[in-house]
Amino acid sequence: MHYIFEAAFFSSVPVRNAAELGAVVSLVSAVVGVFTVIRSQSFAGHALTDVATSGGAVGAFFGINALAGFIGGAVVGAGSMELIGVQRARRRDVATGIVLGAATGISALYLYLDTTSSASTGVTQQILFGSIFSVAPSTLPEAALAGAGVLIVVATIWRPLLLSSLSYDVASARGIPTRAIGVVFMLAMSVSVGLSSLAIGSILSTALLIGPAAAALRVTRSVRAAVVVSCVLGVVATWLGILLAYDSYDWEPSSQGLPVSFFVVVVVVAMYLVSGLAVFRRRALVARGGAALRVPEAPLREPRTVA
Amino acid sequence: MLNAWEVATMVAVVAGVVGFFVVLRGSAFPAHAIPNGAFAGAAGANLIGVNPLVGLGAFSLLAALGIGTLGRRSRPDVATALALVLMLALGAAFLSQSTQYEPQIYSLLFGEILGVSTSQLLPVAVLGGVCVIMVGVLFRPLLLASVAPEIAVSKGIRLRVVDSAFLLVVACATTMTVPVVGALLIFTLMIGPPAAARSFTSRPGVAMALSVGIALLTVWCAVASGYLWNWPVGFFVGTYSAGVYGVGRLYAARHLARRRHVLHVVAAG
Amino acid sequence: MALPRDARTTPVLEVDDISVSFGARVVLDHVSFEIHPGEFTGLIGSNGVGKTTLLRVILGLQRPSSGEIRIGGVARGTGRQSVGYVPQKVLLDPDVPLRARDLVALGIDAHRYGWRRRSAEDLRRVHETLEAVDALSFADARVGDLSGGEQQRVLIAHALISRPGLLLLDEPLANLDPRSAQDIVALLHRVSTHHDVAILLSAHEMNALLPVMDRIVYVTGGRAASGTTEEVVRTDVLSALYGHHVDVLQLHGRVLVVAEPDDATDHLASHPTLRMD
Repeated sequence: MHYIFEAAFFSSVPVRNAAELGAVVSLVSAVVGVFTVIRSQSFAGHALTDVATSGGAVGAFFGINALAGFIGGAVVGAGSMELIGVQRARRRDVATGIVLGAATGISALYLYLDTTSSASTGVTQQILFGSIFSVAPSTLPEAALAGAGVLIVVATIWRPLLLSSLSYDVASARGIPTRAIGVVFMLAMSVSVGLSSLAIGSILSTALLIGPAAAALRVTRSVRAAVVVSCVLGVVATWLGILLAYDSYDWEPSSQGLPVSFFVVVVVVAMYLVSGLAVFRRRALVARGGAALRVPEAPLREPRTVA
Repeated sequence: MLNAWEVATMVAVVAGVVGFFVVLRGSAFPAHAIPNGAFAGAAGANLIGVNPLVGLGAFSLLAALGIGTLGRRSRPDVATALALVLMLALGAAFLSQSTQYEPQIYSLLFGEILGVSTSQLLPVAVLGGVCVIMVGVLFRPLLLASVAPEIAVSKGIRLRVVDSAFLLVVACATTMTVPVVGALLIFTLMIGPPAAARSFTSRPGVAMALSVGIALLTVWCAVASGYLWNWPVGFFVGTYSAGVYGVGRLYAARHLARRRHVLHVVAAG
Repeated sequence: MALPRDARTTPVLEVDDISVSFGARVVLDHVSFEIHPGEFTGLIGSNGVGKTTLLRVILGLQRPSSGEIRIGGVARGTGRQSVGYVPQKVLLDPDVPLRARDLVALGIDAHRYGWRRRSAEDLRRVHETLEAVDALSFADARVGDLSGGEQQRVLIAHALISRPGLLLLDEPLANLDPRSAQDIVALLHRVSTHHDVAILLSAHEMNALLPVMDRIVYVTGGRAASGTTEEVVRTDVLSALYGHHVDVLQLHGRVLVVAEPDDATDHLASHPTLRMD
């Protein structure tokens, strides 16, 4: 018999580090994620996590600081995507795919060279999935700094970013430098993604970037509210995931525990699915002639290819 | 070594054919997500002692259906991202439960084309054939549905059927190619060569044929390079695909001016 | 001009007492009219009155709360029926490898699964249809490279080539300058006459269509009046339709429908659809 909140949980140093780092990362991801979802850049956001990982692999090979490698990789990737194609949605899609493919190839190379040269096992797994429990505590101040930087940038460009994300053409017409804003946002996203990929791995990075934001956008009526809700959901998901992962070491049958990433992702996806119910309810209200409610999602009336 | 060439050819044909529509429909994200989901399935199958190919197939199917269903109700890119991370998280969970050898993970992700055995050739050929035939059957409705969904619906084409069928084709292509080119790289072949092909022609049939041709060129060069320099074939696939795409873009940029000029001359005359 | 109407001719389209509601909101209220072979019909009404919904019901994209659509006498099912559709705007990316010629050819067989080689007859039909819409000069250009007007003609050709009995166009004149609007209307009229296809197009302004319209279906507030222009576009008819007084004025050969300011249209007794034929 064991309790959900073991006494050891709160006093454990790795857990505290993980919780603090996780909170920082999920906060930053949540804010950036709201705009990522609005701008339909989820693919780019995810691709950058893999590109960041690739940067990390290259960095590890050359002995570069991990954070610099991850963030640097993401920034280079984002820059390449911008260079290749931005304006038309389909071209952006292809550009993201090309950069992701090239970065993945580079990952393949450096992981290969790394394992043959230094014979360290588990490097692939480590780099790909990350482990929040094994991140060095010294990363926290750097991470917090990078995260704060991202939040400051977003706060600075908040209004033009919001306008150009909701309607590119209207914003351009109003004289907002939409292209430049787009580039700045991509940079902010790269730093955020680089940071989170190192701290929590690429899977969780994507999940915490997209999931809480998408769920929040479904249940709120304004972007500001969505950012707040997204932050709350992100931090809750992270802490809940850490807690469950910690407890899972006591579970039958294997007593090996399941990774944090697994639990956090499950919680995030569950949040998103539950938010879907809220949308369903709201659509029913609108149909019954309720007050005009803003539905942030794309209208489903037009036939549209899903994939 | 001959096996590697044969497999590479089959993979390139399928990638070129399926990739033509992946690029047309802007399905790059699902084309990336489905193989990654499949990877998790292979890891899981390994865990419970089942043939990884079964896990591969099952999870790529699940990913395709998940992306399709979720994507209909909400933003498709969000749905794809969440379906992807869910599968990857499952994969991570599976891997944590077993003592997986590093090389096996590596080959599932990046492929092991130089180590392909003869026994693998037949399933790859069969699945590849199925993919190509399915695309052939779907070709015209899929083409119209991809370019002008509204008009397709008015002609009685069932978008849901066509969309789902296409995702299933991608799942099938994934299952066939992941063991050889790896989960992370099959989609590069489905993006770069077809995107390049469109720069050289405006005719759909020719574009698909060119897509296959360029994919073949890319893969053959990649295999040759891997053999020559002992670096992973996946690295060459990724970089050569990007290179080919770059060439296509340069050509298109130069040719575009000429295309527009012809139009204006015609309009004025 | 329309063929002489014969009581025994099956209408190409019958809109029979169609109503559409979204929850409590009534979008279409017992709308009925018929279109006969070769007729040129304008579906006129400002934005938001239910024109698009009506078109979607006719196309089978929207299920009506009540009423029935019959095309060529056959009740509309979910399969394809002989209606050509030209949507208002199709987003065509210049990267897409599809020539105008290819898009038109798809009009023949896009609905068929499987691979059937296109015959010489098919290619001839493509050529002829492109000629009918004056699109031969850019037939081999990429659809994404074409201007809005050129794309529109290609879309018309695509819809036309399947030899439908009815061609449906959604706001083809929106965003066009008066001259271009004139050209398109003339083209459609020509096509309608030569290919014996009925035309139903929606617009929020009727003046460009006055010279060619055989029939007008005037929609407001979810209700419709249909008949010839002389029968429908009159002060008494339209006032009854709107539920409040409107004036129909003729100015230099153009028609203006003018309402009094500050008129609320919600609280009035529902009027049945007015049918003039």
